[in-house]
Amino acid sequence: MTNEAEAVKTTQPDAGFSLRRFFGDVFLKLGVLPFFLVAALIIFALASRQFLTVDNIVNVARQSVYLVLVSLGQMIVLVTGGFDLSVGTAIALTSVTSATAMVYFASVFPEAAFLVVTLGILTGFLAALAIGALNGLGVAKFGVSPFIMTLGVQSMGAGVALFITGGVPVGGLPYAFGDFFGFGRISGVPVPVVVAVFAIVVIWTLMNRTRTGARIYAVGGNVKAAKLSGINTTRTLFTAYLLCALLASLSGVLLTARVESGETNLGGTIALESIAACVIAGVSLRGGIGRVESVVLGAFFIVLVQNGMNLMQIGSYMQMILLGGLLVLAVVIDQFRYRMLIGDR
Amino acid sequence: MPTRTVAENIFLGDEPLTGMLIDHAAMRDRAQEIFDEMGFSLDVRRQVLSLSRAEQQMVEIAKAVHARAKILILDEPTASLTERETKELFRLVRNARASGTGIIYISHRIQEFKQIADRITVLRDGKLVGTVGAHDLDHNALVEMMTGRAISEIYPVIAATPEKEPVLSIRGLKAAGVEGVDIDVRRGEVLGVAGLVGCGKSRAFRAAIGLSGISVGSVTYKGRDVTGVPLAKLLKDGIFYLPSDRKEEGLMLGATAGDNIALATLDHKETRGFFGLRRPKAVNRLTAEIGGRVDLSDAYLARTASKLSGGNQQKILFGKGLAADRDVYIFDEPTVGVDVGTRAALYRLIKQICEAGKAVVVISSDLPEAMNLAHRMLVFSQGRVSASLSGDEIEEEAILKAFFHEERQTA
Repeated sequence: MTNEAEAVKTTQPDAGFSLRRFFGDVFLKLGVLPFFLVAALIIFALASRQFLTVDNIVNVARQSVYLVLVSLGQMIVLVTGGFDLSVGTAIALTSVTSATAMVYFASVFPEAAFLVVTLGILTGFLAALAIGALNGLGVAKFGVSPFIMTLGVQSMGAGVALFITGGVPVGGLPYAFGDFFGFGRISGVPVPVVVAVFAIVVIWTLMNRTRTGARIYAVGGNVKAAKLSGINTTRTLFTAYLLCALLASLSGVLLTARVESGETNLGGTIALESIAACVIAGVSLRGGIGRVESVVLGAFFIVLVQNGMNLMQIGSYMQMILLGGLLVLAVVIDQFRYRMLIGDR
Repeated sequence: MPTRTVAENIFLGDEPLTGMLIDHAAMRDRAQEIFDEMGFSLDVRRQVLSLSRAEQQMVEIAKAVHARAKILILDEPTASLTERETKELFRLVRNARASGTGIIYISHRIQEFKQIADRITVLRDGKLVGTVGAHDLDHNALVEMMTGRAISEIYPVIAATPEKEPVLSIRGLKAAGVEGVDIDVRRGEVLGVAGLVGCGKSRAFRAAIGLSGISVGSVTYKGRDVTGVPLAKLLKDGIFYLPSDRKEEGLMLGATAGDNIALATLDHKETRGFFGLRRPKAVNRLTAEIGGRVDLSDAYLARTASKLSGGNQQKILFGKGLAADRDVYIFDEPTVGVDVGTRAALYRLIKQICEAGKAVVVISSDLPEAMNLAHRMLVFSQGRVSASLSGDEIEEEAILKAFFHEERQTA
């Protein structure tokens, strides 16, 4: 008994300090996200009674699917030390090409809805892969800065999407497409959520359990060291940009199904949102650092904030300002965290 | 004052005047005179920031000459100078000495002292160890004074069992800074490679393994011509290269020591299971085992690489080398910025590697290190091999002569 009492006594003076250390550790490990998330939950719960209802949170989860998918891709590229501004274009191009292809194939095989939808989706994937390959070629092979490369490709892709459609939405998609991928449920769970969960598991496994994942982290951690460890850095970078475009494309397919038409203006703000989701979730802009599970939560957080602001009836212009500010704040905090992590003076 | 001209820097605070104004013409002329006297050509109208590090050092010396300084202190002046520049600097330092200036030359490069020092004072841990005449002292005695340990405690005796046929052989190699060299690397022996900074000793090997371009020459590895074969392939086929700049080229600084080592286990069969997925437990076990071999405990393996000491960071890189079974180990400056205790540990690892029948190359600017580890030694000068020594031939006089080997210049 006396021993125990003594032990309590000696540990107590440390309690305040260790609480600080606990928050410090959480910050180092997970970034600002836990703090932001708690703050957002408290603020919005106080501001709106509807916010913390099961219906609303489920709604947020369903809406966040699209951003989650894109953020997963964005994260892969960020971990290599680059970033991808062309994810929005990958979505728009996927939407337009898959819709156009479905309309075309529907006229060729009017009876085979399944075949039409499959071919349409594949077409969308191919278009996005072209975007990813272009990014990968520029960044990995020719050493163009990811900023310039993906910015250029973003413009090219947007141009192609507008060129194909003339700016007019592509309608007349097979009913089954929107019915299943947009609004369908599998044993009560919305299909987009099922797709996202599947993608999360695959990407988590890729990043944590495969050699490709280890190589992606290595290239971002120190590209020269990776080279001297026998890693084909060019191929690894190329793969990262392909994967990013593919995940954006998957998001594009689901969005297209949701709006039931091929639209060139889908994904307009998603590049910013996905980078914000990643950085808030502790993915370092310097590469080499980032966790899949945090990024999922980061994307959820962004959608949660948008949802909360809508409930508070904050206008969309004001929302743009706040979202941009949030990204900048997250990047500033990331600098601190990186310095703490590296122990740089 | 990097944005001012050479002349302005030399005459700082002591500008020749005509009335109230600075007489720039006179200043330039007198600055130029100083350089002419020093026997060093430099346009004194240039901005100091446009000069090379070596030229900037010369400006400092010129300032001392102008001020008729009694004492000139040079703190690691050759740290970023090339071989040629170092020689030039030494010449000027000797001139300054001849004209009556006392010079305090601070350096950790032992080989430089014999060239320019008259007396050597050794400090260790902030305490004076002693002062000795430069000419009656050999390097080993100096190392013992600097480290406080006997040479035999630092450098292990490595048994040599060289094979006849070289495993790696380089013929007529020309590359940036390398002017045609022949090198044979054999299993079972340590090949020491010495020379001043910028003599091409590191570049020759970097070019040979495909890390940088080769312009002429051939490289044979395990009996096959591998000239121009990509680096990744050679690394997979059993060559290990430890870079001289561990922060720039060796480590993922933001990752843990363990993750850095684990990167070298990607191709291990035991770390791969179902569908080729990595098995975290096997990876951890293997990493811990390698950590044990280089004397990094689990606690160290869990720490971020950037937060470890230079010695422990170097252990990580050695661990990466030991993670796979390799044939040739090229250590480029293996103990730069590493404390004496860890250095001895790293040397013991080199001994183990060599005695296990591997080929070891130690490229080093630290002459005692190269001398004491090597069974055979190449000395580089101006991109060429200026001496090839083995066994008892490896001794100071011969090496230093080769270090400062000058090809008679026309002029």
